[in-house]
Amino acid sequence: MLTLSHYIVLGAVLFCISVAGLFINRKNVIVLLMAIELMLLAVNMNFVAFSRFLGDVSGQVFVFFILTVAAAESAIGLAILVLLFRNRSTINVAEIDSMKG
Amino acid sequence: MELSTAILLTIPLAPLVGCLLAGFFGKFIGRAGAHSVTILGLLVACGLSFYVLYQITAGGAPVYNHNLYTWFEIGKFSASVGFLIDRLTAMMMVVVTFVSLLVHVYTIGYMADDPGYQRFFSYISLFTFSMLMLVMSNNFMQLFFGWEAVGLVSYLLIGFWYKRPTAIFANLKAFLVNRVGDFGFLLGISAVLYFLGTLDYATAFAGADSLVGKTLTITQGVHWDAPTVICVLLFIGAMGKSAQVPLHVWLPDSMEGPTPISALIHAATMVTAGIFMVARMSPLYELSSSALSFIMIIGATGALFTGLIGIVQNDIKRVVAYSTLSQLGYMTVALGVSAYSGAVYHLMTHAFFKALLFLGAGSVIIAMHHEQDMRYMGGLRKYMPVTWITMWIGSLALCGVPFFSGFYSKDAIIEAVGESHRWGASYAYFCVMAGAFVTALYTFRQMYLTFHGKERFTVKAHHGHGHDAHHDDHHDDHGHHEPGVLEHAPTESPWVVTLPLVLLAIPSLLIGFLTVGPMLFGGWFGQAIHVDEANNVLGELAGEFHGALSMALHGFNPVGPFGLVLLAFAIQTYIYLFNPALAGRVKSALKPLWTVLDRKYWVDDIYFAVFARGGVKLGRLFWKAGDAAVIDGALVNGSAGLVQKIAAAMRRLQSGYLYHYAFAMILGLILLLGGFWLVGH
Amino acid sequence: MFNHLLSLLIWLPVVGAVPVLLAGSGRPSLARWLALAVAVLTFAVSLFLIPQYHLDGAVMQLGEDHLWIASLGVHYGLAVDGISVALILLTTFVSILVIVGAWEVIQDKPHQYMAAMLVLEGLMIGVFCATDALLFYVFFEAMLIPMFILIGIWGGPRRVYATIKFFIYTFLGSIFMLIGLIYLYQKAGTFNLHALAALPLSMTEQTWLFFAFLLAFAVKVPMVPVHTWLPDAHVEAPTGGSVVLAAVMLKIGGYGFLRFSLPITPDAAAHFAPLVIVLSLIAVVYIGYVALVQDDMKKLVAYSSVAHMGFVTLGIFIAFMLVRDAGNLDAAKLGMQGAMVQMISHGFVSGAMFSCIGVLYDRLHTRQIKDYGGVINVMPWFGFFYVLFAMANSGLPGTSGFVGEFMVVLASFSANPWIALFAAFTLIIGAAYTLWMVKRVLWGDITNPHVAEMKEINGRETFVLVAFAAAVLALGIWPQPLIHLMDNSVAQLVQQLAVHKI
Repeated sequence: MLTLSHYIVLGAVLFCISVAGLFINRKNVIVLLMAIELMLLAVNMNFVAFSRFLGDVSGQVFVFFILTVAAAESAIGLAILVLLFRNRSTINVAEIDSMKG
Repeated sequence: MELSTAILLTIPLAPLVGCLLAGFFGKFIGRAGAHSVTILGLLVACGLSFYVLYQITAGGAPVYNHNLYTWFEIGKFSASVGFLIDRLTAMMMVVVTFVSLLVHVYTIGYMADDPGYQRFFSYISLFTFSMLMLVMSNNFMQLFFGWEAVGLVSYLLIGFWYKRPTAIFANLKAFLVNRVGDFGFLLGISAVLYFLGTLDYATAFAGADSLVGKTLTITQGVHWDAPTVICVLLFIGAMGKSAQVPLHVWLPDSMEGPTPISALIHAATMVTAGIFMVARMSPLYELSSSALSFIMIIGATGALFTGLIGIVQNDIKRVVAYSTLSQLGYMTVALGVSAYSGAVYHLMTHAFFKALLFLGAGSVIIAMHHEQDMRYMGGLRKYMPVTWITMWIGSLALCGVPFFSGFYSKDAIIEAVGESHRWGASYAYFCVMAGAFVTALYTFRQMYLTFHGKERFTVKAHHGHGHDAHHDDHHDDHGHHEPGVLEHAPTESPWVVTLPLVLLAIPSLLIGFLTVGPMLFGGWFGQAIHVDEANNVLGELAGEFHGALSMALHGFNPVGPFGLVLLAFAIQTYIYLFNPALAGRVKSALKPLWTVLDRKYWVDDIYFAVFARGGVKLGRLFWKAGDAAVIDGALVNGSAGLVQKIAAAMRRLQSGYLYHYAFAMILGLILLLGGFWLVGH
Repeated sequence: MFNHLLSLLIWLPVVGAVPVLLAGSGRPSLARWLALAVAVLTFAVSLFLIPQYHLDGAVMQLGEDHLWIASLGVHYGLAVDGISVALILLTTFVSILVIVGAWEVIQDKPHQYMAAMLVLEGLMIGVFCATDALLFYVFFEAMLIPMFILIGIWGGPRRVYATIKFFIYTFLGSIFMLIGLIYLYQKAGTFNLHALAALPLSMTEQTWLFFAFLLAFAVKVPMVPVHTWLPDAHVEAPTGGSVVLAAVMLKIGGYGFLRFSLPITPDAAAHFAPLVIVLSLIAVVYIGYVALVQDDMKKLVAYSSVAHMGFVTLGIFIAFMLVRDAGNLDAAKLGMQGAMVQMISHGFVSGAMFSCIGVLYDRLHTRQIKDYGGVINVMPWFGFFYVLFAMANSGLPGTSGFVGEFMVVLASFSANPWIALFAAFTLIIGAAYTLWMVKRVLWGDITNPHVAEMKEINGRETFVLVAFAAAVLALGIWPQPLIHLMDNSVAQLVQQLAVHKI
């Protein structure tokens, strides 16, 4: 029987994977975007799980919102990425350090 | 008959109007216009001054003391602009305007080729205005105004030939040394206000007795006598303006100015302002015998030691300048022994004969084409007889030869010092006696070197170019031509130059004989000068006075100043007329002494090194160490630098890599949650 | 109109700046004429203060009061006393001359320059009118912005350093004032200066508040040792900026002492008066020596400003010693009046000096003294004015520079002769640094061939210098009208000094 904790653990695992993706990835900005998407999915997982557990639909409504925003965000992110590649001819994370103080 | 305010107001304002017209519209009215308006202004002022003098002595006019307008009024303190006209003032007004008028006329000749003609007339008229404001003042504020205003004009006139480095050095020096005096003077005025609560002469003098016993607390347990403090501080002002030791250094340098102003400002009038001031303040000075002793010693030192320097000078004007210093010393000594009338009397006679000597020297300088070195003169008497005779009259007056005006004033001072019992009077007596000898030494030396003996200049044979071409721009640097070589033979100066000489020679010769009785011994000054019975040395001398004639005849006493003059005359006549080579031998025999005198006791050098160089060094130290290093360096930029350093350390965290920021966020989140968790438990 | 005379004075130039700005860079001469019209109009309006201010009436007059920020009890409160009237007249007078002085000199964005000047003028007038502490603070701070812009845009090569230094220095000081004001508000529940003056405060509170205010105003005056922004700001500022800075902005420091330190913290001020007096004397002597060795004319005059402003603080704080220790109210008034006259006079003299230096700078584009020499040969009329203002700067009687210093020295002798001794030292050192500069700039033969090509001052420059000269001479020859104008206000301030608040 799947209990709430299984879903939460799954969410936590997804979150940790995405965080690890953010940290460990030194190569590709696209992977970063994917990791962020995954992070949002982890959150969504929690939302759905709690919504079901508490019997409150609004949690699932939020998931739709988040999915929409995530889609828009990745669209913008990819657009930025394209521009970035055009300008700098690379999407290597290690080379994007213009914020360095 | 009461003096009218309109007349009194016209006296200073007429020269001022002349000054403004000549100064601002000089181009428009032209040279003749400039000298006409200023001389007209002076004529008006001089005429009215004589009228005022007449009214106040013979016309029975009462002392005039009224304010014109209030300068400031705060609580019980006030200062006004106003006039106090008594006999002392009237006499000063006549001396100032008369000498100034003659100098104006003389200037027409002396400055004939100068491009700054109008400006010069404007300046000397402005000077006359300032000097009149000074002497006519009825309060300390206006006195200070006149005091500084004459200093300003002196500054402008010494630097009149502003292209000469020496002139602009001298004018700055003169102004600053005078400011040292004014510094004391201002404090003196403050002390008067503090102790007497007023800046008005009449009120201050009326309350002067209340000063007795008052003290000024300097530090814990040190109290200074109030009258002494006031008098010494005011006298420091006089030391600056009247070039007393040790603030005398500016006067010889002031000879960089054109000769007419040396006569007017630096001999006859401005430099005597200090003497006038002390005489005016006699009710205060009578309260402090320590201050008077101080004055006497300063004056005596100046009278002798500056005179000594005069012996070794070669510049004809500088000899007269040192003689002025020495004579100012005589006046100051007279003040110091409470013989105020003697000082003022000497001031008057000195104004005439010293102006005469300066203008005569100027006449010689014109004839020598602006050569001032006496070593290149000699034998001028046959070229310029009027100058020669008038200068002899001035010189004999300066030496104090009986019957000449200088004799009456100077002899009276020497006698008065002899009578005085003030502390230090014997030193002063020695100084003034020796000073009489020294005066005669340098005076005869100057006369012989200039007018007698062999001609030590040569005249170029050809007369290739005209007078105008030679004088073209002579104010610039006429020192560059070969010394002792003249383009053409010296000639007597034009009448505008010789007329003032003659007009000054008359009073130099006669005024003493005519006025000594009433002015010196007859209490002519009346209430204007106050002398305590106990200090009244002139009063004691008056008992022995039996008319000007008998005083002069007594003056021929060979055991006394006249004997010293005769001795000096004999020495100099021998040296310069019969044995000119001796001068050089004496000089080399007394080399160390000569060096001391030639270097002017090193006073100038010490002042320059300590105050000028030292001041600049101190300023640089303050600036670099204080402002630049400590305040800006350590505090301002230091704190900015500290912020920068901290920021520099902080920015290392700012790697620019996204994953570092993400890591920091997660770390922060964990810490935050951990914190909540800990708090929860 | 007279009911809102002060508001009109403040907002006329500020609002007038808008059309000037709108004239745009394309029509510079329109912008100039508009700016001049606004400045002249403001000056004309400010002249109405003279008949409208009744010398015998209450001290604070022409009051306006509206609730501004209700939740904090902040009022838009304006009123003037004799001192404010004098300072406002100084401001409007100098503003005209600054605009005329900048006429052709500012070629880069003249409309913005003129607009900034007008806004600055309005804000400075606001400072002199405010009766509400927070309103004062707002004007006080807002004033920094146009000046920041003036130095930052039209300044010299190191303008960025100078303008930031100027801003941060002033801001650092005023932040402490703000803290002080907030504390006072907590305590009194109002920002009204009159109410704050009546608020009883313990000695500890007063001490803290006194130093908070001291920091704010000492920077502004500026007093030693927080003066180092001034030389830098002056050197980098355009001529007009320097003139306004020296002529008016520094006075706000002195004015602040009168409005804040004296009435609100009289006991602490009396206790620390010797400290301020010593700092003032250091300003006179130490800064005098520093000024002596400056190679840059503007820096020299900037340092001389510090020395002269030392007389303002000396005069204000000597009054404490005279009232509290000697009980000599008249001498205290003399000192305080001396300080006030010195403020006005320094406005004219320093403004004139900076204008003169501007004239030289426009011709030779250098402010180094060594680049000049013999200027009198080619510019005799300019030389006349330069010597006149130099003499005023060295305190020659007959010029305004003498009056204030004379009165302060007279008063300080009554407090302590040693103070007078050091104060009177300005006679020597002031003349030394000013006239030495004159010697090196004006006199002598021409050594720099560029000097030989310098042109005599034109009509516009002559107008500015004549106006300054007239003011300097009028005040020097007859200061009584000005003194009479401020007499009641000074008397009331001196009365307040005697009041103990503990």
